[in-house]
Amino acid sequence: MNAMTQDGYVTADGRQIGPVVMELKNITLRFGGVVAIKDISFDIRQGEIRAIIGPNGAGKSSMLNVISGFYHPQDGQVIFKGQPRPAMKPYQVARLGIARTFQNIALFDGMSVLDNIMTGRLNKMKAGFLSQAIWWGAAEREENENRAAVERIIDFLEIQNIRKTPVGRLPYGLKKRVELARALAAEPNLLLLDEPMAGMNVEEKEDMSRFILSVNDEFGTTICLIEHDMGVVMDLSDRVVVMDYGKKIGDGTPAEVRSNQAVIDAYLGVAHD
Amino acid sequence: MGIQNGQVPFAHLINATFGTSLHHFGWTVPAVLAVALTALIMVLLAFLIEKLVLQHLVGQEPIILFMATIGLAYFLEGLGDVMWGADIKALDVGLPQGISDGIEAVTGQWFGYGFFIDRLDLWATLIAAMLVAALVAFAQYTKQGRAMRAVADDHQAAMSVGISLRFIWVMVWSIAGFVALVAGIMWGTKSGVQFSLSLIALKALPVLMLGGFTSIPGAIVGGLIIGVGEKLFEFTIGPMVGGATENWFAYVLALIFLVFRPQGLFGERIIERV
Repeated sequence: MNAMTQDGYVTADGRQIGPVVMELKNITLRFGGVVAIKDISFDIRQGEIRAIIGPNGAGKSSMLNVISGFYHPQDGQVIFKGQPRPAMKPYQVARLGIARTFQNIALFDGMSVLDNIMTGRLNKMKAGFLSQAIWWGAAEREENENRAAVERIIDFLEIQNIRKTPVGRLPYGLKKRVELARALAAEPNLLLLDEPMAGMNVEEKEDMSRFILSVNDEFGTTICLIEHDMGVVMDLSDRVVVMDYGKKIGDGTPAEVRSNQAVIDAYLGVAHD
Repeated sequence: MGIQNGQVPFAHLINATFGTSLHHFGWTVPAVLAVALTALIMVLLAFLIEKLVLQHLVGQEPIILFMATIGLAYFLEGLGDVMWGADIKALDVGLPQGISDGIEAVTGQWFGYGFFIDRLDLWATLIAAMLVAALVAFAQYTKQGRAMRAVADDHQAAMSVGISLRFIWVMVWSIAGFVALVAGIMWGTKSGVQFSLSLIALKALPVLMLGGFTSIPGAIVGGLIIGVGEKLFEFTIGPMVGGATENWFAYVLALIFLVFRPQGLFGERIIERV
């Protein structure tokens, strides 16, 4: 990585990364007596792929839930685009342009792939209730525009052949892809992916990696992802936060993190004698 | 209805406590205004239900929400009973009633004897059909309808795409209140306003089982089958078993379906992956 400045930096593969969009300051999250996140600070910059890694139970998903408003930290600040963000409901966070996927897939099983992805655009629809009801003017135009946008995403993720299938019938790997499509439909500034490749085979992982890279590349979307597969993380991400037992034990480029002794200890275990 | 006749709410409770003899305020509200006021009360009720009950049940299992609504139904029924008293009341909001002369004349020409069809039943059919069409269109094609289906499916996912559960719940309960109002006016006009009307609503469950829970056409066909079926059954088999078969016919039919075709006529077969 070249020198990090206020305005950003240039990655090893030559992409220009912008200023900070999301900053987490001294976040502490407790569930009763259990401290899930302990005084963690890090930032996410415009246009980068930021990974959060760590062993099971390190607090990675909790961190993502703090960013997306599903959990509210007892201490610390979430600063979005320079403004401290007050405690918000998840739907309000979504309306700020922060979309997410879930570790254990949360799709609308009874609805078709197309309808699922269309829900991602609900916040893009502004037509009044009445014109919707009689399907006229603004409502019709809006529906068509949104349909077109969704079709582009469907093409992009190569799921044309399952558009009309109810999501409940799809195999696991495709469900993950539909969930990504729904998140993309909102045209988010910040995309949060909770283990996008969990439980996939090598081929599916390669596909997903390709999609994540091209989302970042073509739409300039800032991505924050959690992943277990170290190989994938090191290939995909520009900067990595490493968590262990709710604490941050490393932060930097993949190369920096890989040579960090605390990270090596956390992953490989330390001999206690 | 209580509004229409200006009946004092909780009259007999107040009378019993304070020894007064309140009964009516002594005014009569026009039917249209009374219906509009009732619709408004339904929206108010939707707000209260969301605030007091549903808000605390976000992300819970469907069965818990289901039980909460059953509890609510009994509570509201009890409250209504205490407010207005349990005696059967006549309702007249100006819907046409009595035999439809036109149909009797026409069928009389065709068959040699006229069919007796109540005009109220004709209107009820027409209004029900319109309501069904409107609700289907709403659920399938509008933004709010799509959001409503999303919330029904998965709370977490719905929140993550920016749907306010609160708004949807208030909306759904308002719609439910409106449908109940329309159905209540129909049945109330036909057989008087009484609390046993809620038993009719319970028949929706066998109808859904028959048609399949996931299918709207299924619900319509299921409703027709049970409606026609129970009348024919009562007419043909009823006398042999001492009558009153309409009380149980729908439920036994649903039971048979549950055993042999649990997904109903049009429902989707659910295959659990293990």
